[in-house]
This record gives sequence, C-alpha cells and structure tokens, in this order.
Amino acid sequence: MSSLSRDDVAKLAGLARIEMTEAELLELSSQFGLILDAVARVQEMDLSGVKATSHPQPLENIARADEVLPSLSPEAALSAAPAQEDSRFRVPQILGEAE
Amino acid sequence: MIHKSAAEMAKALTNGETSSVELTQLHLDRIAAVDGDVKAFLHVDTQGALDQARSVDERRKSGEKLSPLAGIPLALKDVLAQKDVPTTAGSKILQGWLPPYDSTVVSKLKDAGIVIMGKTNMDEFAMGSSTENSGYGPTFNPWDLTRTPGGSSGGSAAAVSSFEAPLAIGSDTGGSIRQPAALTGIVGVRPTYGAVSRFGLIAYSSSLDQAGPFGRTVLDTALLHEAMAGHDPKDATSINAPVPAVVHAAKSGDVKGMKIGVIKQLQGEGYQKGVQARFDESLQVLASLGAEIVEVDCPSFEYALAAYYLIAPSECSSNLARFDAMRYGLRVGDKDGASAEAVMSATRDAGFGREVKRRIILGTYALSSGYYDAYYGSAQKIRTLIIEDYAKAFAKADVLVSPTAPTTAYKIGEKVDDPMAMYLGDVATIPVNLAGICGMSLPAGLADEDNLPVGFQIMAPAMQDQRLYQAGAALEAALLTKWGAPILSQAPALKGA
Amino acid sequence: MALPTYDEVIAKWDPVLGLEVHVELNTKSKMFCSCATEFGAAPNTQTCPVCLALPGALPVVNKKAIESTILIGLALNCKIAPYSRFARKNYFYPDMPKNFQISQYDEPICFDGYVDVEIETDEGLKQFRIEVERVHMEEDTGKSLHVGGATGRIHGADYSLLDYNRAGIPLVEIVTKIVPGTGKYAPEVAKAYVAELRDILRGLKVSDVKMEQGSLRCDANVSLKPIGSDVLGTRSETKNVNSLRSVERAIRGEMIRHAELLNEGKKVKQETRHFQEDTGLTRSGRSKEQAEDYRYFPDPDLVPVTPATIWIEELRATLPERPSLRRKRIKEEWNVPDKEMAAMINADVLDIVEATVLLGADPTKARTWWLGEISRIANDQNIAITDLAITPKDVAELVALVASGELTDKLARQVVEGVIAGEGTPSEVVAQRGIKVVNDDGALMAAIEKVCAEQAETAEKVRGGHLPAAGALIGAVMKETKGQADAARVRELLLGHLGQAN
Ligand SMILES: [Mg+2]
Ligand SMILES: [Zn+2]
Repeated sequence: MSSLSRDDVAKLAGLARIEMTEAELLELSSQFGLILDAVARVQEMDLSGVKATSHPQPLENIARADEVLPSLSPEAALSAAPAQEDSRFRVPQILGEAE
Repeated sequence: MIHKSAAEMAKALTNGETSSVELTQLHLDRIAAVDGDVKAFLHVDTQGALDQARSVDERRKSGEKLSPLAGIPLALKDVLAQKDVPTTAGSKILQGWLPPYDSTVVSKLKDAGIVIMGKTNMDEFAMGSSTENSGYGPTFNPWDLTRTPGGSSGGSAAAVSSFEAPLAIGSDTGGSIRQPAALTGIVGVRPTYGAVSRFGLIAYSSSLDQAGPFGRTVLDTALLHEAMAGHDPKDATSINAPVPAVVHAAKSGDVKGMKIGVIKQLQGEGYQKGVQARFDESLQVLASLGAEIVEVDCPSFEYALAAYYLIAPSECSSNLARFDAMRYGLRVGDKDGASAEAVMSATRDAGFGREVKRRIILGTYALSSGYYDAYYGSAQKIRTLIIEDYAKAFAKADVLVSPTAPTTAYKIGEKVDDPMAMYLGDVATIPVNLAGICGMSLPAGLADEDNLPVGFQIMAPAMQDQRLYQAGAALEAALLTKWGAPILSQAPALKGA
Repeated sequence: MALPTYDEVIAKWDPVLGLEVHVELNTKSKMFCSCATEFGAAPNTQTCPVCLALPGALPVVNKKAIESTILIGLALNCKIAPYSRFARKNYFYPDMPKNFQISQYDEPICFDGYVDVEIETDEGLKQFRIEVERVHMEEDTGKSLHVGGATGRIHGADYSLLDYNRAGIPLVEIVTKIVPGTGKYAPEVAKAYVAELRDILRGLKVSDVKMEQGSLRCDANVSLKPIGSDVLGTRSETKNVNSLRSVERAIRGEMIRHAELLNEGKKVKQETRHFQEDTGLTRSGRSKEQAEDYRYFPDPDLVPVTPATIWIEELRATLPERPSLRRKRIKEEWNVPDKEMAAMINADVLDIVEATVLLGADPTKARTWWLGEISRIANDQNIAITDLAITPKDVAELVALVASGELTDKLARQVVEGVIAGEGTPSEVVAQRGIKVVNDDGALMAAIEKVCAEQAETAEKVRGGHLPAAGALIGAVMKETKGQADAARVRELLLGHLGQAN
C-alpha cells in the first residue's frame, strides 16, 4: 500500500505554495494511501517500448508570424490588481532572489 | 415557448412570431422563478442579455442575414472568459474577476448573435463530477432537488433541463459535459480535442479540456456545435480543418448499415441495473433501425481512470500556479510585513477548495523528481495504449457506444467525502478525453428503480463528430416515437413554474 | 588568514568553468504573444492576457524566434534537433506571471556545438575550444522595482512594484559543457567566449546584445580541483554579470573565494551567488530551505517543433562570415596595421567601414572618415556612430567627390557636417551650400592679379625669390574665392604669375 507521510504532504504543499493546517496535512496524508494505490495501477502493465503521448492530436510546428498586435491598455492590464502603484502591480516584499 | 427546442425558437424568430428580447425575457423570468431552487447560475447578466437581444432584433428588422441561432438565449459555463462579466471558474480565488478579454468561444457566440444570459455554476476549476465542489455552493438536479446534476458542468446541464435556457455550453475534461447531460436527461457533446478553441477557457488540464454544447435535442446541440467550433490561431492545439457537417448529420439521422461497436469493458459489472437495461434497450432500437452491432475489446481502458487521475492533476498543478494573489483575484494576509511567498500560500489556502488542493498536491507529487517516470510518464504511455485500443475498435466499427455513467444521479453529499467513489463515476467517459476523440451523451430513458434519466454514450474518431449526430439523431427519433414525448416531459414540475 | 593571491590560487588549484548565457532576441513581438518588445516603454503598456497569465490565455510560439534560435545554433556549430519540445519549468516567483517558465528541458532545439576563442598567453596567441552543450528557447520574466529599505535592493524592501513589459520576451539560453584546462587563463577565456558570442550574435542580427541593457546576460559556474586531480569540485553559480569586464572579475573573484575556503579545509557551498558591480565580489543568494524541484513536463499548450531539413539548410546558407575569420580577412585585404584594426574594433565601425568599401570607397579613406571626423562628431554628440544621419553610401560618395577633385578634404568636412545635420546627400549639400572647388583658372588669375595689386610689396618679395611670403598671398586668394579654390592650384598659378615657376 502506497502512502504519503504528513511531512511528505507538507513538502508538496510548500512546493505548491498552499498553506495547510496540521489537520489538513493529516487528512490529506491519510487519503493519499487510497488514491495512490488507485493511480499506481498505471505501473501494472508492461510499458517497455510504449511511446508516451502528451498530445492527443499529432500536431507539429504551429507558430505565428512575428507581428505586433495592440496590447491591453495599462488600465485594463491593472484593472484586477489587488494593489497597484505608478502603473505597476504592487506586491508584498519578495524574500528570495529570482532564479 | 420556453419548452420548445432552440431550432423551433429560431424558426419563430425568423417568422416574426416572437422577438429575441421577448424570448430572452421569458427565459430570464424562468430563471427568476426556479433558479432559487436549482441554483444553476452564478451570475445572470440581465442587462447585457437584453441589450444583445435588442441588437439582434434590430439587425433582423433591417433585413440582415443572420446565423441560424441568432437571438437564441444561452447559458455559459463560468469557465469561459467573457469580457467585463464576472468569471470565476467556480472558485473563490477568482471572485469578482472581470476579464478584460473574450474567450474565442464567447467571440464566436457573439458573432453568431447568440444571447449570453449568464454564467453557470460548476465544480471549482472543473474538478469534480457533481458540482458540489463549487466555491459558491452546489447546483441541484431539476429531476430531484436532493440530487446532484452531475458535473463539473452541472450548472449548464441543470439550466437546460429546467428550461432556464434552451442551450448551454460546458467543458469536458473527463466527462464533464456528457455525465451531467446523462444525469439531467439532455444531450451533451464533447467535440474532438482541438475542434473548439481553448483560448479563454480557464485551464484545468490542457491536454484534456474541451468546451462543447448542451441542448435538449440532437439537432439543437449540433447547431450550437457548429457555431462554437472552428480553427483558432490563438490556440496552438487547435485543428486547422473545416468543422465536420454536424448539422447536416443531425438532420439526416440514419444508422442503416452503420457498424456500432459495444465496448466490452464499459458495461456490466459496476453499472446500475436500470442503467444497463436502458443501454441494452437502446442497442436493440439501433439494431432495429438497421445498424450492425459488434462487440469490441479495449483492454487498456481498465487503466484509463488511473492515467487520468495522474495526467489531469499534474497539468492542473501547473495551470493553477498563476492564481497567486499578485496580479488579479483574491489576496489574503497582506499585512504586517508578510512576504509575497506567505501571501501566495495564505491566499491559495483560503481561495482553493479541498478537491482542488487535493489534485494540486497529487499532481505536484506525480511530477516531482524521482516520481515522474513512475507516475506521469507511465500515465502518458497508458494514454498511447488507449489510443491504440480505439484505433483497433474503430477499424471494426463506425461508432462505439456505452452507458455514459455507471449510475443515475446520486444524492448531494453522498460521495463528496469519498474522492475514490466520485472518481469511479467517470470510468466510461474518461477514455474519450485521453484519446482526444469526440463523444455524445443523449437520453436513453429512465432507470426503473429510481425514475431518473440514463445517458447513452456514442464515441467517434477524431474529427468525425458528424457520426455522433448521425447515430444520435436516429436513436433520438426512434425513442421519441416509442415514448410519445420527450423525456424531460416526465420530469417533475419545479416550484414557480 | 589573508585571502590568497591569484598566483597562489593557480599554483595549487585548477579551475573548471561552465557558462550559461541568456540572450534576448530582437523580434518585434514576444515569444508567445503579439505584444511589442520595445525597450524602455512605459510600465505595463506591452502586456496582454497571455503575458500577464490571465486565466484562460494560451501561448502561440513566434516563428521568427525559432528561426533566430536555429541560426544561433548553426553559428555555434550545433546540431539541430529534428524534434524538440517546450517544457514547463515550475517555480513560484512574482516576476513570472504563470509561475512556470516555458523553456526547453530534455529536448532542446540545438545541441553539441563549439566556439573557438583566441587569447594572448605567455606563449603567444593560443586557441581554446569552448564546447556548447545546448542552445534552447525560453521566455524572459517581468521586472521588479523594490521600494523601501536603504538601497532599492531586494533585501530590506517593504514591497515591490512589477512591470511585465519584459515578461515573455524571447530568450535563448546557450549552455557550455564544462570547460577544463584553461588554468590561469580561465577569466580571460570566459571573457573572450562571451565577447565572441556577442560578435557572432551581432553578426546574425538576432539580438541587440547590449549587456548593459540586459539583452545579453551571463551566469558563470566556477569550481576548483587540485591540480592533477580528476575529481570535480563543488561549483558556485554567479548571476548578474553585466559586462565583459565583470565576467573576468567575477570568475577571478570566485576562484579566490573558493581557494580560501578550500585552503582552510572548508567546503564550497553549491549555491547561486550575485555579482556586485561596485565591489567586484559575489554575495550569496538567500539559501533555500529545500532544493527547488522544477517538475519539468512537456507543455501541453504547445506542439513539437520539427524543423524541416530544407529549412535548416536555407538558414545555414544565410549565415554571415564568422567574426574571427572576417576580422582576419579584412585586416589582410585592406592591409590594416594592428593598431588601426584594434581602433576600428574598439570603435565598433568595422561593419560600417566595410559597407562603405563595398560601395566602392578606398578602404584607407573610408576608415579614415569613419574613425576620424565622423567618430569625433559622434563622440561630441554622445551618440552611437550608427545613429548619426550619415550612411556608408554618403561616405562613399564623399570619398568619390574628393578623389575626382570636386571637393577638397577641407570642403568635404563641411559636407560631412551638412549630411549629419540632415541637409541631404553629399551632392545635395554641395549644391545647397554652394560649395565647390574653384578650378576655373581665369577666375583664379583674376583673384591673383587683384591680390598682387593690393599687396604689391609682398608680391615684390616673392618676385624677388622670397618664397615663404607667398603664403600670405595664397591665403588672401583663398579668402577671395571663399575657400572654394584648390590651394595647390592657387600656389602654382601665383608662383607662375610672379615668375617663380617651381
Ligand atoms: Mg533558463
Ligand atoms: Zn502579451
């Protein structure tokens, strides 16, 4: 039987940026046993030599011409911003450096 | 008038028997009367709808040639962006969001003069099969208000089956059009992947999502299918080919000589008795109309559910990362020098419901280093096997059939705490999504044990959507003759009606 | 313990390099949407549902960006993949609207190439081969402005302001294989590599390659191993290296920092560090509690890129000459002295001089105009020479006018000023300003006779054999003819007139 510990779930929640209470972590970790058992069935078949499909349709080389079309007005772009200042999106202090 | 088909309403508009404003007002009145019980709509755009109706009436009066559904009202699943109209995807995290742009589907509807009355309820981000996962409360099945209408497009299906709208649009990632169509006794089609633009469709699982039409008849559904489909350069996965002749097929409905394949794996054990009975009966009807019934074997379908519940959560864990409180939507905890990271995490905790969090965490796990090959990678290979199974089956049959869902509508609250039981309800619809082909659900009658609608599913190869309509229309006509009246006439009257 | 000197470091340690260069392409529109890419536009004026990651928006790849990337791959001697895909690199960061970057992972479009660079060593000019592992496509992030705190830096800021104009601009990432064997020349080799890349990219015209504007950015990986050892040391990755000089400084600095740690028996941490222009040192980025897990997977919104062989060959046929070869050829063909060649490269006029020569101008004359008078004006006006309103065609015409005797060098300078002032082509300036060499001997003789009459005393001195006195008369004649006469002809006629034929 598969399982995910409370700490495993906490680590995943961190990667997914979802704050979780202790109760939520425990509930999810208890549910994951069953769910993982079910999805782990994909490993039951012999899949050696089988190609992976990530697109249901065999399309290739779809591209657009390098042409400029009108952008949104800055007012429209910022219309839903939780906070803004000087035509920019205002966000809380960023702790880490960019990648 | 509201009990007529959209095709009949269109004729009445053309003949001048009614106007779009009148027709729209009748439906808005119906919504006002019954939606307090059904709760199909999250937002009703009364003013926008009437303005649009008025403009179509004026164009008609000026002698302009209009498209077939011009002036017909429609209910739109809240998963599609509509400019300046609240769009939430059923999630608290998007409460109050007004898109600055139209999805391609909405643009096409507007171009066709179709009147968009409002946005319908859905499982949050289309994750669910009962509409109970909506951030705004469940939708109720018009056949029995203690039951779910299915999902995730439950609001759209309930709107059409309760005569609040003659037409609606849903989206189908694992059965979210076909299953609610089955559970509410209407017709729903998931078009071929790539046939309808996904631009502006709020993504759940990009490689599986596809918007499609709901109607009360096969022809109505075809008319809407034709209006919303077509190539879109703004969607790189959109197929650049003419829309299949679905309206023509729906009008000619004929199965003589057609080979109909029954998928061995999608019937029998696990299917409710009354569901199986109506399915078998429909098969006999098709045979009596001259179709040849053959059995086909799709052994890898056994693993479809497992593959789906890896692929869809994986893609969703990435697609939903953009809901981070920085540029739009909910922002929680922005005080006392909280960091951006803390605000993101608090907002995503407060804004997402349990099922969404469950799938994001599952997808994050399936994609994480060390597990990718075992989970996501294997699921993609299962996907290949399912495509191959379909190819073999379609070599023997023109269309494939199965019951749409293993059961009729279940009680609200019955499965919501048991994700695995809920997931099992998608077992017959999911293979279509994994293979990117098309499928239809249409009413096959009522199950004897509970008098609730049963859906009959038809599947066809990619870009052969017209076959769904050809077989569906033939079955629909024969069943109507048999029943004497449309199945919805047997639904109990709603209060206020 | 004091920091080891560079000589001490290289006496004991052998550096191993790895370089990642990000290049912003100069396409008109962004990588996955049709927003403009203009540098310096007002904030959030070049954004749309796609590059703001609004719900429902979808990417569509820019064909020109694919083409430019293939060109870069070909110019770096890479193989072009017959099948490549975009992948999503998942991590949360406010300057990245989707919270994933569309990039390429295990299926890059170009791979296995190399760049040769030459640097001056103790043993003379020596060539180093930098092997290129991959060249792939991705997209840039937005820009954040940190508000509050002392320095405007991220640390200590109260909040940040985001401008997404840059989000989604096409980026090409060029990753080298590890570069061993550069020894003490590691910093110079790295610098020469980035300079060579810059020249190659400029020749391809696929990027503005302005390091100061960030359209060319270099991340430098450095590790040390004991001399003679095969075991690689732990590397650090230095970001924010924004000039050629900084590439050299950053690597030298990291080598010293690593050596100090290792000499003391400490370990080098595998981490990202940030180069600081003011101190020349690197600073540790915030260390993360856990290693990032980017959860790469093929982007389901985009389809595979499978460039046809014929298209690749068409692109290959358009490749310009490799910059190092071109420099060698030009130097020989035009017979340019080393110092002059260096001056042309420094002043960045090689292209423009070559264009002028191709229009028929003598190489030395063309070089002299561009490097001399025109460069001086550009410097005075503090603008790039290419931004002046004078073209290679103008200069070629000017050189021809001087060669045919229609202009003197002095008059030609006036014409250059006119052209730059926007008065038209050289001929138009000549016509409009009425500039012309007076070569009508009759008119000249009249002026000479007039001057000799006015300055009879001086004329008498010349007639008496005192030739230096002729200068004043020539000057007066030139003045009389408004500078349009050929001074040599005036002298000839004057001396003849005064019986002093030379
Ligand atoms: Mg990169
Ligand atoms: Zn854009």
